[in-house]
Order: sequence, then C-alpha cells, then structure tokens
Amino acid sequence: MSGEAQAGAVLGGLVESEQQPQQRVLRTPRRGRVGLGDWLLPVYTVIAFVFLLIPIAYTFVFSFNDSVKSNIAWRGFTFDKWLNVCNVEGGAVCEAFGNSVVVGLAATVLATTLGTMIAIALVRYRFRARGAISLLLFLPMATPEVVLGAGLAAQFLAVGVAKDMTTIIIAHTMFCISFVVVTVKARVASLDPALEEAGRDLYGSPAQVFWRVTFPLLLPGIVAAALLSFALSFDDFIITNFNSGSVSTFPKYVYISASRGIPAEANVIASAVFLFALVLLIVAQVSRTARAKRLARIG
Amino acid sequence: MSVREFAERGADLELVGIQKRFPGFTAIEELDLTIPAGSFFALLGPSGCGKTTTLRLVAGLEEPTRGRILIGGRDVTDTKSHERPVNTVFQSYALFPHMSVLENVAFGLKRRRIDDALGRAHEALRLVELDHLAQRRPAQLSGGQQQRVALARAIVNRPALLLLDEPLGALDLKLRRQMQLELKTIQEEVGLTFLHVTHDQEEAMTMADTVAVMNKGAIEQMGAPAELYELPRTAFVANFLGQSNLFTGAVAGSTDAAIAVDVAGTRLTVPTARARRHQGQVTIGVRPEKVTLHRDAPAEASDRNLIGPGRVIDVSFSGVSTQYLVAVPGMSTITVFAQNIGSGPVAAEGAEVWVSWQVEHGFGLDDEATEPVRFAADDDTRSIAAQRRDALVAELEEH
Repeated sequence: MSGEAQAGAVLGGLVESEQQPQQRVLRTPRRGRVGLGDWLLPVYTVIAFVFLLIPIAYTFVFSFNDSVKSNIAWRGFTFDKWLNVCNVEGGAVCEAFGNSVVVGLAATVLATTLGTMIAIALVRYRFRARGAISLLLFLPMATPEVVLGAGLAAQFLAVGVAKDMTTIIIAHTMFCISFVVVTVKARVASLDPALEEAGRDLYGSPAQVFWRVTFPLLLPGIVAAALLSFALSFDDFIITNFNSGSVSTFPKYVYISASRGIPAEANVIASAVFLFALVLLIVAQVSRTARAKRLARIG
Repeated sequence: MSVREFAERGADLELVGIQKRFPGFTAIEELDLTIPAGSFFALLGPSGCGKTTTLRLVAGLEEPTRGRILIGGRDVTDTKSHERPVNTVFQSYALFPHMSVLENVAFGLKRRRIDDALGRAHEALRLVELDHLAQRRPAQLSGGQQQRVALARAIVNRPALLLLDEPLGALDLKLRRQMQLELKTIQEEVGLTFLHVTHDQEEAMTMADTVAVMNKGAIEQMGAPAELYELPRTAFVANFLGQSNLFTGAVAGSTDAAIAVDVAGTRLTVPTARARRHQGQVTIGVRPEKVTLHRDAPAEASDRNLIGPGRVIDVSFSGVSTQYLVAVPGMSTITVFAQNIGSGPVAAEGAEVWVSWQVEHGFGLDDEATEPVRFAADDDTRSIAAQRRDALVAELEEH
C-alpha cells in the first residue's frame, strides 16, 4: 500500500495550510556550453510525466469514444456517454459509483472518529497494553490485502452475516482506522499540553476545551486522515471483492467488466472523479496563496 | 464565590499541610502558606524546589497528595481547574494559535457567559497597549507582545487570584524591566492577589511585597524583600538572595546585647537580637557591600568586627563597584563590594589588607554553612512530567 501512503502524504500537504511559504534555493543557470546535465534532467522529467499521465489521458479521451460494446478502438467523438452515463445497462455504472461513494463516506466517518479517539488515547494516556495496541494497529497496513479480505470474509461466514453494503463498510473501516491513527497521532504528539491546561484554566469544561482547543488544533491532521480514508476506501478492490456479496462498487464493476471490454461510461466516471480532484487541488492552492497574501498584509 | 461573577477584589490564598508526591519523588514535603488578599507574593527558589508544583496545585492542574487549598476562605481542593476563581499566566504563554489575539483574550469571558465579552477583551488589550493588534494571530507577535496578551487574557477575567509562572523568563533584560513595572502597576490598579513564581531573586525583590524563599519542597523563610535581605535566617537564604560572607565558630561569650564567636582565633561579634542561635557552633554572616577594605591595620573598635591581615586574591571592576576576594588563613574567602567613590582600585592583587564591618550589620543563622551545590537537581515542570511518565511506564512494565 506504499502508493496509497504517498497519496496520504500528498493529501496531508493539501490540508496543511499553516506552513510558511518555504524559501527555495534556485540554482542560477550556467551560461555557455550546454552540458549533458542541462538537458538530461528536463528530458527525464518529461518522460516521467508522460508515463504517469498517459493512462489518465487515455481514460479521458476514450470517455468521448462513440463505442458500441467494447471501448478499445476509436470510433468517433461523442458527448453521448457523458450525457447518458446512467442510462446504460440499467444504470449499473452509476449504481456501482453511488455504492462506492456511500461506502467511502460511511467508512471515512467511522474510521476517522474511532481512529482520532484511539490516537488521542495512545498519546495522552498511559494504560496497560498501550504498546501492544500501537503495534497491532500497524498490522493491517503491513498485512497483504488478500489475506485481510479473505480472513474477514471467513469471519463473516463463520458468524453467519450476509454480505452486503454493511459488511463492505465494516471491512473498509477496519483497514482505514490504522491510517487515521498514524496520521492523527503525529498531530496529537505535537500539541502542547499547556494549551489544553490554559483552556481549563480559562473556565473551559472538559467538553469545551476539547471542541474549542484540542479539536481545532488537531483538525488539519483529522482532515488529512479523512481524505486518505476516503481515497483508500473508494479505490479498494481486493478487500471489497471478498466481502461485498452481490453488491457492486465502482472498482469491482470496472474489474469485472474489464474482461469483456470496459464500457465508456466507466471512463466517464473515472474522468469525472479525476477532474473533481483536480478542481479541489486548484481551489486549495489558490485559497492558500490568498491566505498567505492576506497574512503578509496584516503582518 | 461563583466563577460566573467577577471578583470584587483579591482573595486570600491558604495552603494547609500540602504534600505532593509524584511517583518516584516528593515535590512538596509539607507546606503551609497564607497569602493575604491584594498582595503581590513571590515564591522564589531554584529549579526543582517545588514552586511550580505549588502553583499548579493552586490552579487545579495537579491534585495534592494531602492537605487543603482555600481561596477566599472557600475550600477548593476538590474542585476542578475550570471551577476555580484563578487564572494563570503560563511560562510558555500557551496562547491559542488558531485564534486571534482578541478571541484569545475573550475566551475565558465567553466560557463564563459574561456580557459584552469582546468589549471587555478590547478594554484589557488597551490596558496592555495592544488593542491595535487585536485581529492578529499570536504567531505574528513578538515575545514581549505575546507575554502581554497572556497577561491580558488572564486579568480580563478579574480572578480573585492571579498566578504567574515565570512569565518574564523568556524576555530580554530591557523588556523584562519594562514588564516588571507594568505588572506592578496593573496589580496596584486592579487590586488582585498575585502569586508570582520565579527563580530570579532580583525580580522577586523588586516586584513583590512578600517573598517566600523555597528550597527542597519547603519554605525556608518568608517576609518583605528588605527584611529577607538584611536578616536571612538560613545559609540557603543568605546565599540565594544576594551574596553573603559566612563564618562558623563556637560561641566564646555572650551578653544581653551581643554574642561573640571565635572564628579561627578572631573574635567576631553579632547582636543577640540578630542571631538565631546563641550557643554552641554558630554561623554568622555579613553582606559584601557592608564590608570595608583597609590597606593599613585600623585601630580596634568595639562596634566593628575586624579581620586581618589577609591577602587580595582577585579584583574585578564592574563600573559601579569593585569586587575584591580576600583570603584569610583559617577562614573561607571573604567577598568585599567597594563602591567606586574615589578613582582606581583601593588595593591591588596580592596586597595585604584588613576587612571590617559594623557589628550591627552582622546576622546569625539557624543552620550551618554547607558547601553550596553547584548543579541542583533539574526538577522543573518539564522534567517533572518526564520523570512522572518514566515512572508510570516502569510501573506498567512491572505488571
């Protein structure tokens, strides 16, 4: 899951807006002869980006393909797939997408709430088996997803729970908690206990101190953890496949339909998600720049 | 008194038989203390003496192992921190970084649902001359400004008792002087009871009406700054509050007015009224600025103690005064502060000199001078917390 951990780091950066703009050290370009080092890095950079972005570009372009059954050969440009995305196969794509969103949101809320509580307890309180719990929380991150998914499926079978949306949500919450704990724990550890003491000293009841001091200060970490949870849940296929029964999620739908040529509607949804993420990133960047400018003006 | 009301005036603070044990060590052995309403009280001591723990007990951030805490006559030992009419200016200021300066100052008022919280917050900010920065975040202020915000955030609540935990420690000398003055002015204006914890003896003496010198979890001596300085009772107080020359010897004779002590063959006299012990081995002392240096043997006089001849082993010039270290056989080195009234040093290094002081300037101690510990155990708040954690972890691992 190292790729997902990286995604989490990026998301963390996205919400971490309190950082001061860093001073970058720029190397002044040398004049005269153009050496190997001067073009090797740009060329390498371009190749790396092309390699990363081609699948996304392909997905995006083929969402406009006027395909009939399989979406492999280019047959002409159309907006039909975007406009009628939910009208194909009885809306199977949209249903799968809707399920993914519901599971993602539910698992995010549950995992973020529970994980934040665990993180605070682990940093702030000393109790028996604290070390063991810390270690156990790391296990889901280190265990192969196939094993986690199969193990949980066996559990549900043994207990006699029918597989549906609920079991998917439980499964996703389970593996998301670990990531939430790790992310929020770092934030709790960096919180000065004197701030909470000041809150208590200034007539704040324990609940008021939590909501007005502790929570706002932990919020960047909690938001990063929530975004990470949603991203992990939304694109999970392996664990979902073991625990979903007949319920379809977006990754599961795409995987299954891949055997007979992915319909262009899947491309439409994937492209839409990508565009949404892009807009989110741009908005975050713009608002951060505006904030920095505003602060600079006051200061 | 309810926390929903403003204190009309400062309240008495009474600590009765307080003991505080942390796993592994005792921070406060046995402490009884009464601070009268409206006074500026300083708790002075080296790090690890238990002064910060005392403050945290009063604020309700720690619970005493034994003993009672009374504020304005009411027992608050079992009440929580947010239910006590007490506010603290923290050593690290502990300003809320996610709120503006104004929101920081209004925090306590809003929690108590007091009318016009923002108006009162502005008023408090005007008192510390920071109202023009009300919309800023704490991170955009200088250290001195943050300190003033922390002060405004505490006094805006008109607590019966204000606790100051070395709040001036992080400031540079000039700013510290300025803040000392401001604090004193504010205390006199609003008439609250201030409990100031510090290890800076000069700060304690300039600001407080009453200073209690604390050592190893107990109060050694308490009184007005001048009283403590002129008449220290223990060797610790004599050396922690300024400097002292101490001499230990057996009592060789006594009258109603004075006792004479034989120190390495020299007879030194101290007024009986200024001596704590009147027989056996006693330690007497005198402040370095009360001692006069002579280049020629002066005539014996009944109202002066005379030691000599000795040899000057060090001369250090500091502008206003010159400090001489004089070695006398059989005694510890004597320190002399001489004001630079004339010009140039009175005696050069290696010169033979005599020292004398008026009998009435001497004092006799309760205990005997011991070698001062050069590096006291590091028991400030942070290391208390660290030690506590280690002890708890060790305890958990045992199970």
